[in-house]
Formats: sequence, C-alpha cells, structure tokens
Amino acid sequence: MEQRENKTDVIVVGGGPAGISCAITIARAGKQVVLIERGKFAGSKNVFGGAIYAQPTREIFPDFELSAPLERKNIEHKFALLTEDSATVISHKKKHENPVSYTVIRGKFDRWMAEQAEKEGVILVEETVVRELIVENGCVTGVRTELEDYHADIVVLADGVNSLLAKQIGLRGKLKPQDVALSVKEVIKLPEEVINERFHVNSDEGCIYEIFGGPMLGMLGLGFLYTNKNSVSIGLGITLSELTEKGLKPYELLDDLKKHPEIAPLIKDGELLEYSAHLIPEGGYKKVPLLFGSGVMVCGDAAMLVNNMHWEGTNLAMISGKIAGETAVIALGKRDFSGPALARYQFGLENSFILKDLRTYQDLMEGIGERAEQFLGYYPKKISSFFEMFTSVDGIPKRQKYHEFIKSIFTDRSFSDLFKDIISVIKLLWSILLK
Amino acid sequence: MSDLEDKLYTVKYTPDTESHLHPDEQSCLRCSSKICTVICPANVYEWDNNKQKLVVNFENCLECGACRIACENCSLGWEYPKGTKGVTFKQG
Repeated sequence: MEQRENKTDVIVVGGGPAGISCAITIARAGKQVVLIERGKFAGSKNVFGGAIYAQPTREIFPDFELSAPLERKNIEHKFALLTEDSATVISHKKKHENPVSYTVIRGKFDRWMAEQAEKEGVILVEETVVRELIVENGCVTGVRTELEDYHADIVVLADGVNSLLAKQIGLRGKLKPQDVALSVKEVIKLPEEVINERFHVNSDEGCIYEIFGGPMLGMLGLGFLYTNKNSVSIGLGITLSELTEKGLKPYELLDDLKKHPEIAPLIKDGELLEYSAHLIPEGGYKKVPLLFGSGVMVCGDAAMLVNNMHWEGTNLAMISGKIAGETAVIALGKRDFSGPALARYQFGLENSFILKDLRTYQDLMEGIGERAEQFLGYYPKKISSFFEMFTSVDGIPKRQKYHEFIKSIFTDRSFSDLFKDIISVIKLLWSILLK
Repeated sequence: MSDLEDKLYTVKYTPDTESHLHPDEQSCLRCSSKICTVICPANVYEWDNNKQKLVVNFENCLECGACRIACENCSLGWEYPKGTKGVTFKQG
C-alpha cells in the first residue's frame, strides 16, 4: 500500500474555504496533502453573497488582514422589508475596532488562500476534476480523475453543494428542491466615491443589505446587497421549490428587485461586471449527511453546513475544514483511518458552534416554509402598513387609526389563520431557545 | 431574453465540444413540467416542439446544479465539465 504511485497522506477535493482550510491545517502538521481543484484556479467556480467573517478566518490565517485581498470592512447591516412600492428599513451601524466581516471578491480571495496554502506545503492541482472515489474493502483509498488515479490514506470531500462524491459513496442522499436555494447575483461596477456617497461610508467601509420581500413577497427567499471597493454585489437566494412550484425564473426576480424604488438608486448607472449563479444548502441540521466514513470526511457546503438564518457559510466551511484537518493529522499519527478513528471529526463539529447552531435552527426553515405566505407575505405587508398609518397626516384622529389597524389584524384573515401563526411562532421560539 | 443574453455576455466560458449535461430523451417526453426550461439561471434548456426533444445550450451553463435537483423524473445526467472547461467566475 505504501509503495503505490501517486500516493500521498491526504487528498482534499475542492479548493474553496473548507478544502483550503483543511489542507493547510494538515500541511502545517508536516503531512503530505494534495488539494485538487476543478477550476482554472481556486475560486474560479465559487460564488457567494459577499462577506467573509474575520474571527474564523483568523483561526486559519492569523494575519490575513495584512495581506489578503479585502474589499471593505462592513460597518452597517441593514434589514430592508420591501413591499411593491414601499420600504421599511432597520439598520445597525457600528465601527468595530475588530471588524466582524469583510466583503471580498472570491476570484481573488480564494486564490490568495490557495497561495498561502501552497507556501505552507500544500500541493495544489488545478483544472482537474475528480470523477469518482476509489473504494477498496469499504474504505476510501483515493480518487479517480480524468487522467489518473491518486491514492491517499484519507480523502476529504470539500467539493461543494453538489458533492457528487459524497453521493457516490452513499454518505449523502438525493437532494430535494426544498433542500437548496438557487442564488443569482450580479456584480455591478460603480466608482468608489459613488459607493461611499450612496451608502454613507468611507472608502474602506462597507454596508450590507438583507432584503425581505420585494419580488419575493410571500416566498422563502431573500435578497442581498454588499459593497465592494469599486462594485456592488446584488443578488437573491430563493428556495428551489418556490421556483419549481410557481414556475419562476430566478433572473427575472433579480431584475424586479433591481428596479425596486428602494434599490434602483443604489445601483443606478452601474455597469454589469459579472452575472453568476450558485446553489446554497438550505436543509439545515436535518439534511447534514453522514460526515465521515472509512478513510473519508465531508466538509463545508458538501456537508450542507450553512446557517441560513445568519447568512453564514464560509465560516462553517473554514472551521469544519480545520477540524477535519486536525482529525486527519491525529489519524495519520495513529495510522488508523477507519470510521471510528475519524468519528472525532463529528464530535468536533458537535462541540463547536457549527452543529450547535444548525441544531438551534433545525425547525426554522420548515416552520417558516409551511407558513411562508403568512410570515413572508402578510406580516411584512402589515408592518409596512403600520408605518404608513403611523406616519400619515390626513385629519383622521390617531385613536381611530389605531383601532382600525388592530381590528384589521382580526378581520384580514380567518381566526384559524391567526391561531396557526401564533402556534407556529411559539413552536419556533421553543425550538430555537429551549429544545 | 435579451436581458439574460446581456448577463451571460459578462461570464467567461471555455466551452467544451461535447455536453456535460445529458437529459434522458424518453423521460423528457413523459415530463409534463419541463421545469428545467423554467428555473435554469442561464436558460440552458429549451424544448423543441417540432423535434419533441430538449435543446441543451450547455455552453451557457453556470454549473449551479439546480436542474439536476429540480428534474421531475431525476433523470438528468449531470456532471462537471472537464477540468479545463466550463465557467470561470472572476468575481464570484
């Protein structure tokens, strides 16, 4: 076994945040690791909304703020609730001493991460697609690419949301349209000063918009906008089942969002730099696959590790990759690559924020999804109409307006709908805070 | 449609000569929704009524995988393009 050609300690499939974090952790421990990326360069097949998180990134790259290609540090997080013709916006703004997140361009940032990994000894193989895993006696022992076979004691799958490899060996089942969101995004070029003016920030500061409603009113979907140095990333993610059931085209929803009176002025006169699309794992805790097997572990999006409630993904990817890397190093030390030896990876995830957070929100998507028209349609409109009433000046006495508004909550819909909403909210709060 | 063409024009592709997407023609005939022709963010799939088969503009594929999961009969053969081919996102 040791005498095989193309044999290394660990093969990591996928040059995104999970794969790179895993590979660099293994290389730092002095083990041989080959990172295989199917794109022309690490990052070339990767898409996200817009921001990486500082604290988890620092865990992998302690001084990344000194040399990584960062766009802007985010100082403002806006929550915009859009109806067809109105916007209700809440904003949280704080200039943190240590920024929480930075916007990045993945084509640059992932490439930078991969370069750091190479400097620390990771062997990066680009433009190579792993077509299947080599399994011998129930144990993953390598990968088959288009050109040749590579062998390893451990193979780590960080091959993204579609992870055909995790599916091949039965760690993952078939995904359903409700388990993923389809995201479409446009990066729109705007002069730096224009961005600074429109978003009320300085040159190194950025602003994030989370957008509820708009063209997705009543649907399980969310819009987003991030500011880069000289561009703005605008997009949306919508559960694939909403698109299939309602027969909607994702880019038409995005076009509608871009035309909304709250959004249009922000991107006015911008030039489209790039359009992209990607799937986002939405299934949460209940859709996390088997995380390890004999000779194999699964990280990042491939393991469906996304906290959609908080727009977190790259951080779960990085830290899951790190924990898988640490597990691989221990297993290599003991020369034990069996399932039980790699179970440490799962314990690590369970003891970290990763699976704790996913468990906290395990009922959320289903709970909201079941009453999407109410929670994402009726109530947002109601909030908007409350503020419209509150700010109106029309000679009607205020008490009368309040009474009419309260009455409407009971007369807009049937009592049973209201009752079901209350039960859903109680169930969700219970599952998030106590269960 | 022209709007989408403008969008796709901004994407860098290195197209292969053969498709990495393989619909099952018999399943497509039976498929009532032809949902891939609706949800694909790059409009890769078009239904040819005369020929009664799916036209696959695989060169435009953004490799998201939505069609694979949405496919009504789960009959779409979907693989990644070869290592040197397909989409290259510069921004991402």
